[in-house]
Amino acid sequence: MTATTTAPLATAHVRTPDPSKARLRAWATRAPLLPALIFMIVVTQLPFVATVVISFFDWNALYPKARHFTGVDNYREVLTDADLRHSVWTTVLLTVTVVLVSLVLGLLLALLLDRRFRGRGVVRTLLIAPFLVVPVAAALLWKHVLYNPEYGLLNGLLHYVGGPQPDWISNTPLLAVEASLIWQWTPFMMLILLAGLQSRDQQQMEAARVDGASGWQMFRYLTLPHLRRYLELGALLGSIYIVQNFDAVFTITSGGLGTANLPYTVYQSFYQAHENGLASAAGVLVVIGSIIIATFALRVVSSLFREEAGRA
Amino acid sequence: MSTITAQRKGRGLGLVAWLLGIVFFLPIAWMALTSFHSEADAATNPPSFGAALTLDGYREFFGTGGGASPWPALINSTVASLASTLFVLLLALPAAYALSIRRVRKWTDVLFFFLSTKMLPVVAGLLPIYLFAKNTDMLDNIWLLVILYTSMNLPIAVWMMQSFLAEVPVAIIEAARVDGARLPTILARVVAPIALPGIAATALICFIFSWNELLFARVLTGVVAETAPVFLTGFITSQGLFLAKVCAASLVVSLPVLAAGFAAQDKLVQGLSLGAVK
Repeated sequence: MTATTTAPLATAHVRTPDPSKARLRAWATRAPLLPALIFMIVVTQLPFVATVVISFFDWNALYPKARHFTGVDNYREVLTDADLRHSVWTTVLLTVTVVLVSLVLGLLLALLLDRRFRGRGVVRTLLIAPFLVVPVAAALLWKHVLYNPEYGLLNGLLHYVGGPQPDWISNTPLLAVEASLIWQWTPFMMLILLAGLQSRDQQQMEAARVDGASGWQMFRYLTLPHLRRYLELGALLGSIYIVQNFDAVFTITSGGLGTANLPYTVYQSFYQAHENGLASAAGVLVVIGSIIIATFALRVVSSLFREEAGRA
Repeated sequence: MSTITAQRKGRGLGLVAWLLGIVFFLPIAWMALTSFHSEADAATNPPSFGAALTLDGYREFFGTGGGASPWPALINSTVASLASTLFVLLLALPAAYALSIRRVRKWTDVLFFFLSTKMLPVVAGLLPIYLFAKNTDMLDNIWLLVILYTSMNLPIAVWMMQSFLAEVPVAIIEAARVDGARLPTILARVVAPIALPGIAATALICFIFSWNELLFARVLTGVVAETAPVFLTGFITSQGLFLAKVCAASLVVSLPVLAAGFAAQDKLVQGLSLGAVK
């Protein structure tokens, strides 16, 4: 379980007394890494630094001459703006709901698919499909084909049981966005958890069965602890993507009816309101929120990774 | 529990799995069916299951009905996805080599730096990128998207590929070296054959993410460099009459991703979990 099992190959060959030669070798080892590293720093880190700088300016793109330094005013405005605070809340609610529900549904489906039954491969393929529809197309499908109050499939099916014919998007806008995202993300959770289930120690499971453990006991004391890492990984990878969701909010409600999340709000404040400074401040706040999630995410992935490296 | 009740229970759960599979697939099946209906049959309540099939929706979508042609957008998406995937591979392969086979010092730190960039929200850098593009006349230019998609997928690719390359046994590489093989030979003859399925899976996932991307494309392209997802946003306010066309469009745009995803279901999991789950 230690990092020593993965000792660098290169060091074995660097035991040369000449220090300049050693340095040369170290650079030769590093060289293949540099293009990717430099590219990432230039394309992702530099723009972010620029965002931080812009966030301290009062800058409306329509009045570029009036641009001036305002210190933390943008941040104060962002934090006191009711709409923006609402979009923070929407982002949290959207992310937590979608991740939790799709995780629970995904676990259920993974447990079912872990069993042997006729046509399991077909069912698996059917279940993966929602994750493979282009996000904008999926959002259009829910908006027009399922939710439409007059000819959508949901109300069409309700017609047969004589149920009500609600206007889903107007009545429950956030729920409508969440349902479409849960539909798309449940397969992702299922895939990760299924991989987790299939990596269980079969001998241990067999031994527990022989010892007379019930199905629930085996799930509670063997499967669930084993799955913990996979559940965490699914939750955190899901959070990273859903916190940043733009496609569903943009397509289904266009941010209306109180469904604007932070990415949509940032997009709107610079793309439509042309408030560069405010948008940047909001963007920086999104990053701070993401860093909090990312710290957890990195810790989980890192522990999984260490386990993997230790096993190798 | 007797074996007969256990069998019955097993069959029952199999049926539940089938049922849930069908429920999840139903929207897609319905979208496919609707895309082959006439607009009049598509927009009925209750839904018309047995209506006559027609290719009108597809004809409309492909522009013979008078609307804008989707071909430029589809071609742009293909160019952006393929070119960025190629660049990602060119940058990620050497990096993964340095992080797995001939390891640089502090290789885990470098690996986590790559992952951390993935957690930086797109909106955090969008405005400076937009301003830069505007001032350098790069707006509405497909190659700007190629660069951004490369940066979007490179961290994932580096992670996946280092985990695939790390699976190449050190002993084989050492043996080849002792036999006098030099680096290019080792890479081509030893590493590549073992890592090839992994490299293919990486390429596939990069292609899918680039093909799906909306926010960058929406903000940075216009008429010339519009991608397929941006073309689809034209249907957001579509009212009533174009249901079959919307379905046809959504299916056509999703087709490459659906095909690629089905073809590589297993590798997809490993890739999406950054190689952490095998």
